[in-house]
Amino acid sequence: MIVLETCALPIDSEDDVVRVRTRVRDLAQRLGFDAFAVAAISTAASELTRNAWVHGHGGTATVEEVEEGGRHGVRLQFHDAGPGIADLPRVLKGGFSTRRSLGLGLSGTRRLVDDFEIESQCGVGTHIVVAKWARFGART
Amino acid sequence: MVSSIPVIRIRDTLLSAIQGDLSDRVAEAFQGDLLSRLERTGASGVLLDISALDIVDTYVARVLVETAQMARLMGAHTVLVGMRPEVAATLITMGQVLTGIDTALNVDDGLALLALPRR
Repeated sequence: MIVLETCALPIDSEDDVVRVRTRVRDLAQRLGFDAFAVAAISTAASELTRNAWVHGHGGTATVEEVEEGGRHGVRLQFHDAGPGIADLPRVLKGGFSTRRSLGLGLSGTRRLVDDFEIESQCGVGTHIVVAKWARFGART
Repeated sequence: MVSSIPVIRIRDTLLSAIQGDLSDRVAEAFQGDLLSRLERTGASGVLLDISALDIVDTYVARVLVETAQMARLMGAHTVLVGMRPEVAATLITMGQVLTGIDTALNVDDGLALLALPRR
């Protein structure tokens, strides 16, 4: 995988939820994603940024344009140094509801993207990487 | 805080076209604004037009569902109208995040739904 462009955005306020997802939407549109794919990756960005802010007490979102095997994609990395997720399997299954979500944040996000990786360690933090790929020939 | 999202009264109905990049704070403030207007006007119906929203994440979905539930407790019927196809697809892919709220294709259909006898 080749990283063509990378942009690190801080997550240190609630306003960054809108800021990060706007950036992601602009990149996905520039890469020729259709409206459904743009909505999917932008919504994933919104969920994961809020997650890092609310549960991880802030961190960084890295928005990247990547290329692999001739196709272009958007890769997003989220780092936080929060408390970590104690019961990851349960959270990924969904239905782990908190005041600020419907409990579908992570499990729902996973279904919106093509690649999803998560590492979380209690007391250390959480690192999530997701990617969504444009269809072949999408970019003009 | 006032959300700055306009709420218009048309006869017995409150209509609001939710615009732009909805932040969590604006969404919460909007909920308060709308319920206050409901109390002041005694409206019996609420139409929430979300055709301008290109992203509805689980937080915004939750605020919309809760707003409709709160309005119902106050005696008003809420209909969500104008959801874009990509938003509908995203919400269904994520899971059942917008259940328990009446929906219609557009404002016209929403008004027609509000005009039906209450169940």
